[in-house]
Amino acid sequence: MADTAWDVSSVLSVGARTDAPRHGAIVRWTHWITALSFLALLVSGMEIVVSHPRFYWGENGNVLTPALFSLPIPSSRATVPTGYGYVLPDQNGWSRFLHFEAAWILVFTGLVYVMFGLFSGHFRNSLLPRAADRSWRAFSDSLAEHFRVDALAGADARSYNLLQRLAYLVVIFVMFPLVVWTGLAMSPAFVSAIPSTASALGGRQTARTLHFLLSVALVLFLLVHVAMVWLAGFRERMTAMITGHASAREESE
Amino acid sequence: MSGISRRTVISRGIAAAAGLSGLALAERIADRFGLVPPDHGGIYGPGETLTYAAHRLLMRHSPAREFSRSQISSPPFANETAPPTDAFKRLQAGGFKNWSLSIDGLVAHPASLSLDDVRRLPVRTQITQVACEEGWSYVAEWIGTPLVEVLNAVGILPQARYVMYFSIQPDWVDSIDMADALHPQTLVTYAMNGADLPVPFGGPLRLRVPRQLGYKSVKYVTRMTVTDRLQPFQGSYAWYAGI
Repeated sequence: MADTAWDVSSVLSVGARTDAPRHGAIVRWTHWITALSFLALLVSGMEIVVSHPRFYWGENGNVLTPALFSLPIPSSRATVPTGYGYVLPDQNGWSRFLHFEAAWILVFTGLVYVMFGLFSGHFRNSLLPRAADRSWRAFSDSLAEHFRVDALAGADARSYNLLQRLAYLVVIFVMFPLVVWTGLAMSPAFVSAIPSTASALGGRQTARTLHFLLSVALVLFLLVHVAMVWLAGFRERMTAMITGHASAREESE
Repeated sequence: MSGISRRTVISRGIAAAAGLSGLALAERIADRFGLVPPDHGGIYGPGETLTYAAHRLLMRHSPAREFSRSQISSPPFANETAPPTDAFKRLQAGGFKNWSLSIDGLVAHPASLSLDDVRRLPVRTQITQVACEEGWSYVAEWIGTPLVEVLNAVGILPQARYVMYFSIQPDWVDSIDMADALHPQTLVTYAMNGADLPVPFGGPLRLRVPRQLGYKSVKYVTRMTVTDRLQPFQGSYAWYAGI
């Protein structure tokens, strides 16, 4: 209940459960700011990768050392052997500016969200699997349900299901912290202050490779997330995340 | 009704004025303590200022990682540079005997140092990483004299805030704040991996700034200017490259 107290409408309609928003104001705002920041980080990150689409493991790596893997794309640097007969224009100036500005916005937004989630009970009530769901049986049931489109469309819109909760928890508490960590491990100044940021991972190039792989994993999460929203009813779910309510009808019910 | 709206207007006005003057005050304090980078304007200014301020608060003196001899990259990678100018080729033909490093600006004794003059200053050897903003990296042994030794030799004036350094190559100039200029690892480098600094790596003289990305380590340095202000920063890259 506490996580809806932020919304004035819930204060005005005590006891009318259906009038409580599906998503509180803090969740909605932080969701969309995070979405925009992530998009900016993704676009600028891809531009930065184009300047050196080769990845390594350990402390060092450059075009004179073998790559762990490389992306089959052209590069914005003539020094990188890509097999393409042309070099793309350098975009690292604005890309790096945008990358770090979006990262700051994302970190501040994440802090607001985590503080809210901890103190409002949002994490405990909405993200932590229900006591009855903490079993492999519940997990496999939820997994099976996700392969039945009709079940998704009829799913309870007021509560996250088990797989959804686990996915959000992993993204919020594992992947985002790791992507921030591996990003900071590439900062020569930050690493000068806390060397273990890089050394605990095995070196700068390992951090860079993990940073890339984590962003790929986050993109996969995003694709599945949007696909699930689509299957569950795109218009209704989007309206709920924008206005808090699925429709005007729901508010008057 | 009008009373409420008037009260609302007044209280919001006060809040906005307090907020704005608070921001202005914060900016003055931040500038006073050297937490505002020269490229703090524009749409990306807030991000750059946050990064620079956070780094200067948390890591003004922290030492860049140094590596063991066994971690030196073999071979190191020399990034491409523009073709050498005629002036550079002439000096190269003479074995860089006539290479000079001039220091001017906010210094007590402007000077012009030969390579031998630089070599007579206290020597520092460090094994540090070159990390390019593109993503690649290598580790090498760098030998030179800390920039702070050069600055002490010419005597910097109290109002000094930045050191600009110029390559002999046209349009290749960069600058660092005093935190990095006085940092013991910021090295006026003339040798690498036990030999004279090779030309592809910036020889005969390169300023190595190991706490920032590679593009701050300008090659073929011939001049430095100590200054209290930078022109509005023109580069397309971030001025501060600690991240």
